[in-house]
Amino acid sequence: MSTTTLPPTKKDAPVSAPKVRASDRARGEKRLGWLLAGPAFAVMLLVTAYPILQATYESLFDYRLTDPENRSFTGLTNYWVILTDSLWWQSIGVTAFITVVTVAVELVLGFGLALVMVKALRALRPVLRAAILIPYAVITVVSAFAWQFAFDIQSGFVNSWFAWLPGVSENTDWFGDRWTALLVICLAEIWKTTPFISLLLLAGLAQVPEVLQEAAKVDGATRWQRLWKVTIPNMKAAIMVALLFRTLDAFRVFDSIFIMTNGANGTESVSFLAYRQTIARLEIGLGSAVSVLLFLAVVLIAFSFIKLFKVDLSQARGE
Amino acid sequence: MSTRNKVLWGIGGALIVVYCLFPIAWIVSVSLKAPSDLSNGSFLPSTPTWQNYDLILFGGASDLFLPALVNSFGICLIATAISCLLAMFAAYAIARLDFPGKKLILSTALAVAIFPVISIVTPLFNLWRNIGLYDTWPGLIIPYLSLTLPISIWTMSAFFREIPWEMEQAAQVDGATTWQAFRKVIVPLAAPGVFTTAIIAFFIAWNDFIYGISLTSTEAARPVPAALGLFTGASQFEEPTGAISAAAVIVTIPVVVLVLLFQRRIVAGLTNGAVKG
Amino acid sequence: MASIEMKSIVKQYGDGFPAVNDVSLDIADGEFMILVGPSGCGKSTLLRMIVGLEDITSGDMVIGGKRVNDLAPRDRNLSMVFQNYALYPHMTVYENIAFPLRLSKTPDDEVRRKVEAASDVLELQEHLERKPANLSGGQRQRVAMGRPIVRDAEAFLFDEPLSNLDAKLRGQMRTEISRLQRRLGITTVYVTHDQTEAMTLGDRVCVLRKGKIQQVASPRELYEQPVNLFVAGFIGSPPMNFLPATPEGNRLKTPFGDIELDEKRAAAVAGRDLLLVGIRPEYFEDATLVDEAKRPVGSTFRARVDVTEWLGDSQYAYIPYDAPDSIKAQLRDLSKELDSEELRTQAIVSIDATSRIREGREAEFWLDSRKVHVFDPETGDNLTRDAEAGAELTRLATQDRLEQAEDARGRETDARGGATAVGVG
Repeated sequence: MSTTTLPPTKKDAPVSAPKVRASDRARGEKRLGWLLAGPAFAVMLLVTAYPILQATYESLFDYRLTDPENRSFTGLTNYWVILTDSLWWQSIGVTAFITVVTVAVELVLGFGLALVMVKALRALRPVLRAAILIPYAVITVVSAFAWQFAFDIQSGFVNSWFAWLPGVSENTDWFGDRWTALLVICLAEIWKTTPFISLLLLAGLAQVPEVLQEAAKVDGATRWQRLWKVTIPNMKAAIMVALLFRTLDAFRVFDSIFIMTNGANGTESVSFLAYRQTIARLEIGLGSAVSVLLFLAVVLIAFSFIKLFKVDLSQARGE
Repeated sequence: MSTRNKVLWGIGGALIVVYCLFPIAWIVSVSLKAPSDLSNGSFLPSTPTWQNYDLILFGGASDLFLPALVNSFGICLIATAISCLLAMFAAYAIARLDFPGKKLILSTALAVAIFPVISIVTPLFNLWRNIGLYDTWPGLIIPYLSLTLPISIWTMSAFFREIPWEMEQAAQVDGATTWQAFRKVIVPLAAPGVFTTAIIAFFIAWNDFIYGISLTSTEAARPVPAALGLFTGASQFEEPTGAISAAAVIVTIPVVVLVLLFQRRIVAGLTNGAVKG
Repeated sequence: MASIEMKSIVKQYGDGFPAVNDVSLDIADGEFMILVGPSGCGKSTLLRMIVGLEDITSGDMVIGGKRVNDLAPRDRNLSMVFQNYALYPHMTVYENIAFPLRLSKTPDDEVRRKVEAASDVLELQEHLERKPANLSGGQRQRVAMGRPIVRDAEAFLFDEPLSNLDAKLRGQMRTEISRLQRRLGITTVYVTHDQTEAMTLGDRVCVLRKGKIQQVASPRELYEQPVNLFVAGFIGSPPMNFLPATPEGNRLKTPFGDIELDEKRAAAVAGRDLLLVGIRPEYFEDATLVDEAKRPVGSTFRARVDVTEWLGDSQYAYIPYDAPDSIKAQLRDLSKELDSEELRTQAIVSIDATSRIREGREAEFWLDSRKVHVFDPETGDNLTRDAEAGAELTRLATQDRLEQAEDARGRETDARGGATAVGVG
């Protein structure tokens, strides 16, 4: 019976078909909707909202797993300790550096990849698509090892291949210095995530109607002008979404640092700091406070993206 | 397009392929080098050898690597299955029904997706120890849902929105029962979306490292990435580089196979989930 | 095959808005009924209530003598062609057409026979193994028609089936559908907003406006004896011209001179102040080309021609005129309701293709006053409608249909035994 089993279609409904639904049906849909989506919603809350609340609570205690007897409420002391410690600011700096460098390079490089994919011969496209998915699908840890071994002073080939570059010799220890180590970390991150960005940008490019390009050509725009005045403004939504996701992702950088330097030589990111406090040093209180601060930083970034750049996610999704 | 342009774009394409595959080729090459050959300073091994594979599959490191491989497969498959099942119902509701809270669910999924994993790990580490989930499969499967569920919901609802649902009505007019309409028309149309979502969710679970190293301590539940990460300090073998490379190649094989088989769908899924084309 | 009777059908939504309001309509067995009206008039909702995809708030839906209000779509044994065809994308053309038969567990050889017969009729033999995505618009449309054909359905329902096709294809498919319906003699309800489809396809046409029936009649009756301004304006292309008029004895004073009315019509409009006179474009002619003998039945007037359109076989002239503001507003509302954008008050006049009337010049026109209708601008009612003449037109159309059906059955009987017989009862 259509009453009970068939909610009316939204899309492609005939022009004169109903826009408003009977209230009993609306109630039924509401119930069914939550019945179906409820479990997923509950699980999501359970695995995120609960832990972050728990972390917030624990961050207010001086609490060490090695010394559980002396757990005591200390209020915001942990936060004070962290925010006045240069280690925290250093890790924020490292995280911000990696985020800005990788996202900027990835955006430009990803755009280039997307353009090549669009222009490439039809026959080449599946090959390119498969190739580009490989870095995305490869485990971050594996990618980190590959780059580490490549730059390794013993087993790597980079030193012998690039010995002609000033400052590079057989004895260059890339991981012995803070900035060269960060450079390699950034390279690994860029290699791994550029394809994802380029796929998002490719989808954005596909949304720019070809006829606009033709119109711009007729209007006398050069290739470069077409790119800046027609293509990019029309894929702004896609660019912003890619930027937002990648920025938040880059800000949580952890795996590559763990593998390549283990946080040595001032290459510790915020995530790494939180990990080291909690898991390695068993400082639950301090670690929780770092986690909460990281969480707040991520929220701040997301919020400012959405407010400042007016990233409309629902629009990007074509809703 | 002129021939010159064709050649240029062709070269661009070739560069992309090299860019994407070079590090993989390198790690394969390292995995085929003997320990004495590691510092030969060249890209390729002097004489390729299987001894690293032998070491991790049958030799001294196999009791570290093989259980991790089993853990990874088991935990990732279960987490993927659960999140796809939950996401399927949620995405159906989001794509198909009109109810308040749709936006709330999608925004929550988005918020969970950008959640810093380490912020979840810290409290879970303590909690899991207290309730005995530390170093167990469920102890990883549950937090893995925070990685796989949001993307599954987004990707699947994007797919489900594309389904021509009025087909269900057409089928009913053609004489189908509700169940027949669902089974013969909707399921075949929805299946590709569910399948693609499952692949992407699997990739994400397979890639996890933080949960793996934080919430496990032995081979009872430790997944491959964590095991790889902790090989470094292990004392069983002096030079872990070759063994790590071999293990890295082995865990890369499943994802490469999936990519080669389903590349078109994966691209559709990834872009559908984020930017709707 | 069955008749469809609707008794006081109402469809009301949560906010109390009646999308379909007290519709009573009898569709005879084998009749081709058109539901037509501008968007939002409730025609699709009505169709979806017939097929069972939409609940009926009140009233009775009777198909083949059985009340079906509470039956699920599949228990009504109807067949429907959707606007976007609703082809199952994962099935081949063959399986798409066979789908209803598969559902009813028809044996394979019978399925094959019926699908092949249908694909012969629809000329789809070469495409049976293809998927819908690889078909052209016209081919998809024909596949959509296949599903009803293979079924022993009580009636066919069409929901704007041609609106996604280009003009040429639409014309072809229109005649295809007409031919098919005559041949199968099956009760058909067809929803469209296109008045050409309404006029050419239907045995009878039901004009809807805001959920209410305006008039149900044969195309000829609608054209010649419309009940009101809405029907008169909706049916006909180019549309009827409406001019402001004031009665003076037996005459109507209009911007295009005086129009003389016969006594019956003069009596109907007597004592009124401001009226609208409806004149179809073809009631006009270039005065220099009118037969002397015909001249006295009409009147002549001079007017300046704004634009002319010469189409080879015919020619139109656009003549602007002035109207009181109240009439302008009225006409604007009407054109908005009819989904058209009438920007100015101008008459469209059909003149002979050989006429040398030129743009921007004044010219003399003749207007046949015998067939003009006079409308009440307030209520929109046609004051001069001849109900008897109209009923006669519809009666003749019904008779035609029955005779055609008889003929078709005769031909079908002759052709029996040949492979072309379609398996439809």
